[in-house]
Amino acid sequence: MTVAQTEKAKTKLKIEGRPGQTSPWLASPTVIFLFAVIGIPLAITVIYSLLDRAKIGMGVVWTFNPKAYKDLFVIENLDGTTGLDTRYLKVMWNSFKYSGITTIVTIVLSIPIAMWIATRAESKRNILVAAVTLPFWISILIRTYGLRQIIDDNGPIGWIMHKVGDANYHIIYTPIATVIGLIYVFLPFMILPIYASAERFDFRYAEAAYDLGAKRWTVFRRIVIPAIRPGIYAGIALVFIPALGSFLQSDMLGGGKTNMIANVIALNFGQARNWPFGCALSVFLILITLLFVWIIRKLGARTGTEVKLI
Amino acid sequence: MSSSFLQISNVKKTFTTPEGGEVHALDDVSLDINSGEFFVMLGPSGCGKTTLLRSIAGLEYPDSGTITLDGQRIDDLPAYDRPVNTVFQSYALFPHMTVGENIAFGLEMEKIEKSEITRRVSDALDQVKLSGLENRKPTQLSGGQQQRVALARALAKKPKVLLLDEPLSALDLKLRRGMQIELKRLQQDTGITFVFVTHDQEEAMSMGDRIAVFKDGKIIQLDTPREIYRRPVNSFVADFIGETNLLDGTADNLGVKVAGGGFIARELIAPDCQVPAAGQVTIAIRPEDFEISTTTGAISGIVRDVIFTGDSVRVHVDLGATEVVATLPSYGERVPDRGATISLNPLPQSARTVAS
Amino acid sequence: MSSTIAIAPKRRRLVNLRNFRGFRFISWSVLAFLYLPLLHVVIYSFNSSRIATIWESFSTRWYVKTLHNTDIQRALKNSLQVAFVATIFSTLFAVLAALGLVRMKRAGKTISWALIGAPLIIAEIVLAVGTLAFFIAAGIPLGKPGMMIAHTAFCIPFALLPINARLSQLEAAPFEAAADLGANEAQILRRITIPLLAPAIVAGALLAFAISIDDFITSFFIAGPGSTTLPVYIFGMIRSTVTPEVDAISTLLLLFSGIVLISSYVLNRRRR
Repeated sequence: MTVAQTEKAKTKLKIEGRPGQTSPWLASPTVIFLFAVIGIPLAITVIYSLLDRAKIGMGVVWTFNPKAYKDLFVIENLDGTTGLDTRYLKVMWNSFKYSGITTIVTIVLSIPIAMWIATRAESKRNILVAAVTLPFWISILIRTYGLRQIIDDNGPIGWIMHKVGDANYHIIYTPIATVIGLIYVFLPFMILPIYASAERFDFRYAEAAYDLGAKRWTVFRRIVIPAIRPGIYAGIALVFIPALGSFLQSDMLGGGKTNMIANVIALNFGQARNWPFGCALSVFLILITLLFVWIIRKLGARTGTEVKLI
Repeated sequence: MSSSFLQISNVKKTFTTPEGGEVHALDDVSLDINSGEFFVMLGPSGCGKTTLLRSIAGLEYPDSGTITLDGQRIDDLPAYDRPVNTVFQSYALFPHMTVGENIAFGLEMEKIEKSEITRRVSDALDQVKLSGLENRKPTQLSGGQQQRVALARALAKKPKVLLLDEPLSALDLKLRRGMQIELKRLQQDTGITFVFVTHDQEEAMSMGDRIAVFKDGKIIQLDTPREIYRRPVNSFVADFIGETNLLDGTADNLGVKVAGGGFIARELIAPDCQVPAAGQVTIAIRPEDFEISTTTGAISGIVRDVIFTGDSVRVHVDLGATEVVATLPSYGERVPDRGATISLNPLPQSARTVAS
Repeated sequence: MSSTIAIAPKRRRLVNLRNFRGFRFISWSVLAFLYLPLLHVVIYSFNSSRIATIWESFSTRWYVKTLHNTDIQRALKNSLQVAFVATIFSTLFAVLAALGLVRMKRAGKTISWALIGAPLIIAEIVLAVGTLAFFIAAGIPLGKPGMMIAHTAFCIPFALLPINARLSQLEAAPFEAAADLGANEAQILRRITIPLLAPAIVAGALLAFAISIDDFITSFFIAGPGSTTLPVYIFGMIRSTVTPEVDAISTLLLLFSGIVLISSYVLNRRRR
């Protein structure tokens, strides 16, 4: 019985973990794989954004050139003078605006439906939750296509609008259609987290507040809303971030090919063949996304709710 | 029978709290458990008893000290190599296996022959009176039945020591009483050493051959149930085991002067207690050791509450500075009324001085 | 006290705080909004007209055309091949990650979670063009193998979600009991951990499959000629003249999703 043996026993738990806890090295294949397939492409994106574009075809030339970032804001006129280029600022602003409107509208629609589902009997509740979850399993492409057919001038909405006398009805291939498309696609992402909070809400609090003399809408504002706030924060993160980088809605519904950031990135990797510029926009989008994640977490932390994205 | 079958020597275990503080779960604990003994570790939650049990099982590794079983050092063995088995507080039955598969699991790990496993599984189920339930899933069983499966699963391995971590705490009172008797009989029939952890002093007293009373990672007292009840080493044990009235007082040549009035004469105090000639002492008197005095008693006060409990009456007496409880027979003798002034005497040699 | 005057209590409507006015209407409207476009797709798949938005008469001609369209068959085959490989590998990677992450500490844990979570946070287009650039730089040919790799990567977080949730719900007790009964680490993994995680692993695989088969953006950039997937093919159809064939193939895909979901639901029910 040596001292060394006791030392071995002591470190044993540290090395082997508790029963059933496997070695952390088990995660290494996954981490290495993801580093190669996610980490390296992201690094390449950053590097390429600082290089020259290829003279012919796609790709880059390995010379350092921060021109791509300059091109985001500065236009070179034919006569050699430079000026402020508002084209891409406008695209960024559009992306923000559309995503922001989408987020607000989905919140406004999701609170009532989440509360309504949460207050149904259990059997009915399960069906309704399934109804809200189902769109997750359906291709966004098909959903967006279906919406396009509905809001088309010749579609059912157009038919109704013409019947009620609005002969000028036309929203397809306008920014309005883009926003409707974003709302349509991301609505379930807002409903579900708010519902998860609403379901846990104990209505005895509402009764207590009512008993203390609060009016129905005061109860809603002062008791219900704070209780479902974590769900709202999670919903904002789950809607705003993907909406900001969305591609299909503005492409299929918005008409113009350069409505939102993602469309301009796609364009520069497609017909325009300006990879450094596309990469610079990607870097910009990543930074905005991370900044937003940070803000929403801070916001959550300040109100005592942990916003978890994964 | 070896005198030290399971030997625990100088075991220490310190946990770090999330706030960075240190908790001494086991503070230099040494203990010898005999072969074939029903040994109980008793104490309030957080006293270290469960940590010690888990250290024996190998689910916790002590920082220092040794654990020896039947002459073999086991504290550096992994849990799966130790010849001991545990009945967990939550039963920890495998939800994806049937009752039979649960019991067979441990035997399969020993690479025992299939037919032998089948035989031992059915023996184990017989032992806990659950024959015929092999193919049920644990979720289809009542709490009491799950408890028995957990017991059968551990016993089927024929362990040298069976460790039981508050196994009865989830059962209702009536079921618990029944299981206490059954466990005691099972232990006597199989002759396996049981180490039983509980925070219920009544359970400890009714089952244990010996009891170790734990507090703050230390063993405060280790003795038979009778001795611990009759001769608690300090006020904590006196209060934790059974019910005790603790009276502060000042000793003199004739006895102890109780603070706030009253006097306990030396002949009322147990002869093995050393009462100093002077100084502060604490007197412990069990409620059932009081009797009503018709003349001037040792202490007197006003009856605050009279609570009928069936076979006895609990009388709360306000002594002014403190309150005492006396348990009196509910029949025969006159039961005092609420508000009455009464005098109480401890039975001769029943009062004890205890260290605080 | 001979006569009692009955005072009629002022009728007050019982307040049910669980109901707020207008919520039911909004809810049904939202549900209609979610499902009408899909309903439109299903109905118009039976349109005999050549123009998808104008109803002519009932017909199954577009189904006949879809089922005989060899391009669609090829695209479907590509989609299924990519999805199967991506599902198997992403689920495997997710199980390994879930098991390993439990005991990972500090920096390792943060970096691992950042890599796993990246596809959920970063816009898909960014990762898609980044992957395209990487594949071209590394000489990995565009097409199915590349898509399989990329799909595996972004399916991992989806496969991981249910597995990790289940793992964090499991209590220590069954594992401790197994060790106590003589099972070593490998035996615990095989006999306890994997069986307890099984339903979540199936759910994770299903989620990964759905994500892969529906993916458009990544496939659009790295499919390359000849390995077009079904969503990329449909996107092409939508961009050119839209016939009800789009509705027919979409309806078939809806049906497929429905069958997968219902069978997984039934499977889950029976397990319980």
